[in-house]
Amino acid sequence: MAAPLTLLLLVAVTVRAALFRSSLSELISERVEVVSPLTAWKRVIEGLALLDLGVSPYSGDVFHETPLTIYLFHFLVDYAEVTFMVSVAGSSVVVTYLILFQFRKQKFALEADRYPLDCLELIRSPKEMYYIPLKVAMFYLLNPFTILSCVAKSTCGLNNAIIALFILSTIKGNVLLSAIFLSLATYQSIYPLTLCAPALLYLMQRQYIPVNFRRASFWWFIVQYAFMYLGSLFVIICLSFFLLGSWDYLPSVYGFILSVPDLTPNIGLFWYFFAEMFEHFRLFFLCVFQINVFFYTIPLSIKLKEHPVFLIFMQLAVISIFKSYPTVGDISLYMAFLPVWSHLHRFLRNIFLVSCVLLACSALFPVLWHLWIYAGSANSNFYYAITLLFNVAQILLVSDYFYAFLRREHHLTYGLYLKRKDGSEATLVLK
Amino acid sequence: EANAVIIPQCSHIPPGRRGCLMETTVSPNKEELVIRPLHSGDIYTSFQFRTLWETDFTRENKVSHYRLFPKSLGQVISKFSVRELHISFTQGYWRTMQWGQPYLPSPPGAELWVWFQDSLTDVDGTWKELTNVLSGIFCASLNFIDSTNTVQPSASFKPLGIGNVTDHQIVCTENLTPWKKLLPCGSKAGLAVLLKSEKLFHSSFHSQAVHIRPVCKDDQCKTTSWELRQTLNVVFDLHNSGQGKNEWSLFKMFSRTLTEACPVASSSKIYIDITDNSQGEQFELSPATPLLSQAVVLGDRRTFSVYDLTQQITFGTICNVLKLPVTYSAHAGDMLRPLLHAERYVAGYGLQTGEIHTLMYNNHPYRSFPVLLLDSVPWYLRLYIHTLTVTSKGKDNKPSYIHYQPSKDRVRPHLLEMLVQLPPNSVTEVTLQFERALLKWTEYTPDPNHGFYVGSSVISSLVPSIVAMDTNNSRERPLFSSFFPSKEESSYFVRVYTEPLLVNLPTPDFSMPYNVICLTCTVVAVGYGSLYNLLTRSFQIEEPSPGLAKRIANIIRKMRGVPPL
Repeated sequence: MAAPLTLLLLVAVTVRAALFRSSLSELISERVEVVSPLTAWKRVIEGLALLDLGVSPYSGDVFHETPLTIYLFHFLVDYAEVTFMVSVAGSSVVVTYLILFQFRKQKFALEADRYPLDCLELIRSPKEMYYIPLKVAMFYLLNPFTILSCVAKSTCGLNNAIIALFILSTIKGNVLLSAIFLSLATYQSIYPLTLCAPALLYLMQRQYIPVNFRRASFWWFIVQYAFMYLGSLFVIICLSFFLLGSWDYLPSVYGFILSVPDLTPNIGLFWYFFAEMFEHFRLFFLCVFQINVFFYTIPLSIKLKEHPVFLIFMQLAVISIFKSYPTVGDISLYMAFLPVWSHLHRFLRNIFLVSCVLLACSALFPVLWHLWIYAGSANSNFYYAITLLFNVAQILLVSDYFYAFLRREHHLTYGLYLKRKDGSEATLVLK
Repeated sequence: EANAVIIPQCSHIPPGRRGCLMETTVSPNKEELVIRPLHSGDIYTSFQFRTLWETDFTRENKVSHYRLFPKSLGQVISKFSVRELHISFTQGYWRTMQWGQPYLPSPPGAELWVWFQDSLTDVDGTWKELTNVLSGIFCASLNFIDSTNTVQPSASFKPLGIGNVTDHQIVCTENLTPWKKLLPCGSKAGLAVLLKSEKLFHSSFHSQAVHIRPVCKDDQCKTTSWELRQTLNVVFDLHNSGQGKNEWSLFKMFSRTLTEACPVASSSKIYIDITDNSQGEQFELSPATPLLSQAVVLGDRRTFSVYDLTQQITFGTICNVLKLPVTYSAHAGDMLRPLLHAERYVAGYGLQTGEIHTLMYNNHPYRSFPVLLLDSVPWYLRLYIHTLTVTSKGKDNKPSYIHYQPSKDRVRPHLLEMLVQLPPNSVTEVTLQFERALLKWTEYTPDPNHGFYVGSSVISSLVPSIVAMDTNNSRERPLFSSFFPSKEESSYFVRVYTEPLLVNLPTPDFSMPYNVICLTCTVVAVGYGSLYNLLTRSFQIEEPSPGLAKRIANIIRKMRGVPPL
């Protein structure tokens, strides 16, 4: 496992280094699909320049990074490329390790007894699972979205690294570290707050605490975790206050994420919607769209309470699609997990359509942007249409995997080859 | 759109050294007209009307005796605690390289700068009310001035006024008429008779301004009176309107002639700049006048022929009019190059990014001098200050003072003030990159593809002068040479405005708000619907449903109480 992983890392670093040195890096760091007003490297440099001029970076509307990020880059600005490559490599190694760790837990024999005999082919054998961590690393490192995001020096890479560390510490069962990394991830952008639920479910599963509202141990664990999480969040926020001496960053970072004042085009749904919104309804739809991100946490947690790892994947996907300023870096994070569910391939219904649409949209984004902004022969509707299509394809992908997962669970419980009352082969529908 | 600058406090100015003009005796009303033939064949005419008002607002005196001072402006000063007010409406751009320096520079569009008294607490609210009242007085849409285009510069505009509002309004007759109403004689007598709108607006450059400021009555400035100056600068292009003949007269320019001076004016004079015509080789004035005057204006010693309208002999014997025809005999020689000159343009392509380039020319052969550059850029052009480069003669020229206030979206514009040392005989280029924002569909102007205007940048400087300047501020000096008081003999104050910029922003499709809402909500609903289905439904084996006949039979059997088929 170590040798192929090292080889993979070498290839990935080479590709990124080559792109960093070429003239494409300038081009890529300006693309709106890859960077957003929250994560652009140009804005980090602008914030540092404002700090040098003696003006608070949050006095204007250009800089929206958290103070800890300024602090970090104050020292690392000359080594930015190395930082981002390290963070990407680090997160992929972390993810690989956690997949490995997760799979070592699955004991083949123990599971085999619980299921009906004809489901044996649904259970994964260790041989199949051997290459999955490597595939995950490959999916993350060699994904063009990740490469673009790294070459553009978008701080999305750092956010992804923090989320990967959070997932690792959750799966290893370390409650304190999990709470700390989750609070760091929430501090960077508010949306990882929804990952609280899968973390809690997983940790409770590990400690054999039953998920039952009437049990005291359940509530006690939640209180413990909440205390650790809120405590570390409080410490981080106060540290940020002391770094710059003011609370200016709160409206600049969190107010910006939640109220979406900047309508720069990106691959998400928010920008054109709020560019064309009637003023009267702006607040209403803003609330609707923001609640939409957090809304699926409770229902998904209830349905997937025995499968918290899949819940993490679902939550990450929902955040990446519906957040206010998505970039391709966010997409690459949840796509890295797809090889983990490779055993669901037999139940996927739309995968061909979805992958074709995703590929076509990724190719069309730069074309239609050029036509709108530079050539002037198209208008904003073209780019908006591709945005819509891209998001529909992502939603279909995620819901397809969810369907496949639920179907496999159903088969594991009731058997793989189901028969109708008259003995002919049955079809399963959702009713 | 308009940019405004306000200055709230003047506490940093030591008392007594305010650079006010001294007036030893009260000469309440002066008017003068300066005509200067320019080297490009145009004629530059500048009207100045000055009224003084003795009153003291610091004593809570409710009685206001206005005399010749217009009541509307007097009430504005007292109600809004205004210390200085300068408002100008300009149409056209002053071409410094062809026309030289103007007596009173003004940027294209409307500009308003105000300095409030120390005692004023609510500057923002007063500013808003003041702009509304002024837009009523001058019939101008100054009410578009709000916080998104108002700046408070720290250094550029010293006690001569602060505030910088540049807007691209079209100045027209409805702005001229209220301006004329403020004059003591109206448009009935004196020089104001010449101000007829058909000819005035048929010109290359037209600027009318009102300046209100306190002036000292004595050396120690123990008492002050209010001075109101109304100025009108016009540049006529006589090649266009003079049918190609090289001659002009008052009648040709203004389609009016002068018959009498304003009765309430203590002094009413016309100055013709004859410096280039010392031997009479270029043009010939008629009727000739023996009165000559010399003044040092803008670093140059100029000679003027003076016509005093208060003397009856000035007017011709026939018809009692002053026609002043001038015939050009020879072509113009070399013009004195203006020492400070600036240009500005936008570089780049596409609707995503761009670069603002400002070029400042120092034409002095051996002296370098510092200039203060003030740039106010609207918030929707997001400037990146780390891309600021200042180069002179190909080398980096670091500014010694930079004050940068970044913009806040929809609240205030960018403010950049820099002190740059211009080396002699060189061009200094200041470049700054920006990113264009996508605005909400309601924030675009009615013609969004025309573009958005960016106000002129202001370059202020004390330019070294070749001729010794007169620092003696006596009342004998003509009005046009005494607006900017000079404190030193060797330099004079110059303010240059650059061109306004026209920048295109990416536009959304304005016909689509309902469609966009529906389509985006559809996508969100697709997400919601799929997840809802998967969360609330469970898998079941599908039994094939029986045919229609069987179903009806089953219903009947159920009614009979018999088990179904």
